Amino acid sequence: MQAIPTIEQNEAAVRFDAVTKRFDDVVALNAVSLDVQTGEFLTLLGPSGCGKTTLLKLAAGFLGPDAGAISINGRRVNELPTYQRGIGMMFQNYALFPHMSVADNVAYGLKTRRVPKPERQQRVAEVLALVKLTGMERRMPRQLSGGQQQRVALARALVINPTVLLLDEPFSALDKSLRTSMQVELREIQRKLGLTTIFVTHDQSEALSLSDRVAVMSEGRIRQLGSPVDVYRAPTDQFVATFVGDNNKLRGRLLSVGDSDAVIELGSAQIKVPSERLAKLEKSAPVDLFVRPEQFCVVSANEPSAMTGHVVAQIYQGGHVDLQIECPGASRDRLLVRSAGDQAVVRWPMGATVGVSIQPGGCAAFPAE
Amino acid sequence: MIPRSTYQRMLGWIGRITLICIVAFLILPAAVVTIAAFNDKPILSFPPQTWSWRWFARALAYDDFRHGFFNGLIVTAWSSTIALFVGAMFAFAIDRYRFPFKSLIEGILVSPLVIPHFTVGLGFLILAAQVGLSRGFAVVVACHVVLVLPFVLRSIYVSLKNLDQSYELAAASLGATPFRVLTTITVPLLLPGLVSGWLFAAILSFNEFTASLFVTSQRTQTLPVAMYNYVREFADPSMAALSVMYIAGTAALIAFATSFLGLGKVLNIEQTH
Repeated sequence: MQAIPTIEQNEAAVRFDAVTKRFDDVVALNAVSLDVQTGEFLTLLGPSGCGKTTLLKLAAGFLGPDAGAISINGRRVNELPTYQRGIGMMFQNYALFPHMSVADNVAYGLKTRRVPKPERQQRVAEVLALVKLTGMERRMPRQLSGGQQQRVALARALVINPTVLLLDEPFSALDKSLRTSMQVELREIQRKLGLTTIFVTHDQSEALSLSDRVAVMSEGRIRQLGSPVDVYRAPTDQFVATFVGDNNKLRGRLLSVGDSDAVIELGSAQIKVPSERLAKLEKSAPVDLFVRPEQFCVVSANEPSAMTGHVVAQIYQGGHVDLQIECPGASRDRLLVRSAGDQAVVRWPMGATVGVSIQPGGCAAFPAE
Repeated sequence: MIPRSTYQRMLGWIGRITLICIVAFLILPAAVVTIAAFNDKPILSFPPQTWSWRWFARALAYDDFRHGFFNGLIVTAWSSTIALFVGAMFAFAIDRYRFPFKSLIEGILVSPLVIPHFTVGLGFLILAAQVGLSRGFAVVVACHVVLVLPFVLRSIYVSLKNLDQSYELAAASLGATPFRVLTTITVPLLLPGLVSGWLFAAILSFNEFTASLFVTSQRTQTLPVAMYNYVREFADPSMAALSVMYIAGTAALIAFATSFLGLGKVLNIEQTH
């Protein structure tokens, strides 16, 4: 890779600086700023229409921003056309050139760079070995399975040693078992090459399992940027808490607010949560408490617990059991309770009256909406 | 009430008979002409009493037909090729860009569909006389370009609409300049549409009569015009023989395009989603 003289230490590989993009009257991105670190795997996560794909297209140069600046390796690229950006891109439908063989597809980016033929052939062979497609050189894209097509698309993007790899929901067309193995493989290759990667998905479990950092997006803004653990355990707002992972939303009451912790009253239980987002609230104000399914603990009805309810559904998942529990006193919605192992199937049968308590730590609370 | 199965069977038979009638109706004129072409007598009659190939020989040997045929090839080659380029550019512009009066321009481009051919021919005749152009090939070609352009435009426009733009974006991301994207991705993927558009234009142009009647001269007359002039004087089966050759030639051309140029195969590009 050629060194760019202006690059500073810790300079972001890709930087979005207050980038705004409108489509007619719709604001797709609203002054989004984001630094993608060199070698990092960063995921843009959000529902459809949140602006994640627009952000990726701006990085690729398929679109231009209405305001703000985009830079790659410290160089402003707002006006730089796609073909000069040196990016690698993988599309949702792979976009393999249907009239070219696997080898020609992969060699395409080398031909545009005028790499001499012997070197070209060698690099194509190397990258096909990397994605385990040696021997498939002469196949046409339509003769390949979905997984193989994806490997070709990856090889084609990797062979040019891109400055940044852009992935637009590349796994959405694969079935579940293949998806997981491709994800692991992609991540291994990405780590091995130390490749800066921006990954777009609406699948929160994919985002959590693959990323170094996740940017959760909604309505043209980044709602939270952090490690998967941060985003899951300490959501910064109700949207993130609801969108990432399963969550139960319960209405509680603020008991007291301290410097770092606040105490929330829920039924007969008192739950400690970080006070960060509750500081402005009055005492005894209503709050929305978010409790992950695995933070609930099901106990016998006669033991002390936060609330009581009865089991209305059992969803056996092999490694764990999801129980749906109706607690009319605590929540209008059914509680989703996750119990590790499979003992819950026998212990808490359908219709059983149970107590539900909340394990301390890891809950998030926000002013009631 | 009639039992359902009998009712359905009746419907099926009615459908089949209707279909046969329609097909028969469609091929009837061609069949009549084909049979009439083999009449030994120098009259156009049906059915013939005696049979012969001699009108085919006569049609092939007749000077006006020979010239008309080669004139037609010249006019067709030029007009359909020019229409292909112009149509492709317009199709691109309409598909890819937004500009003022776009729908108006689109309307004008397809207007020859509603303007009668003789109007176009007459217009070109007046225009050519006004600017002092003799009725040479240029005028005929220009006239044919106008007439076939809408068909070419439509054919390419539909192909463009069906072209997944992510191929072009992928090529750009791999470092291809817009020109390289065009030559290595867009045009190869559009090839079926371009070839069929050109072929369609060529057949239309070669068969065009009404407008050609106005803009051709004795020197530039195309085959349909030569045929018209012939029937004004003679009424022998050589016309019918020529028609048979016409049909056979066009059919062979389309069969060739479909199998050898692999139109069907290329058209059948597999979608990966």
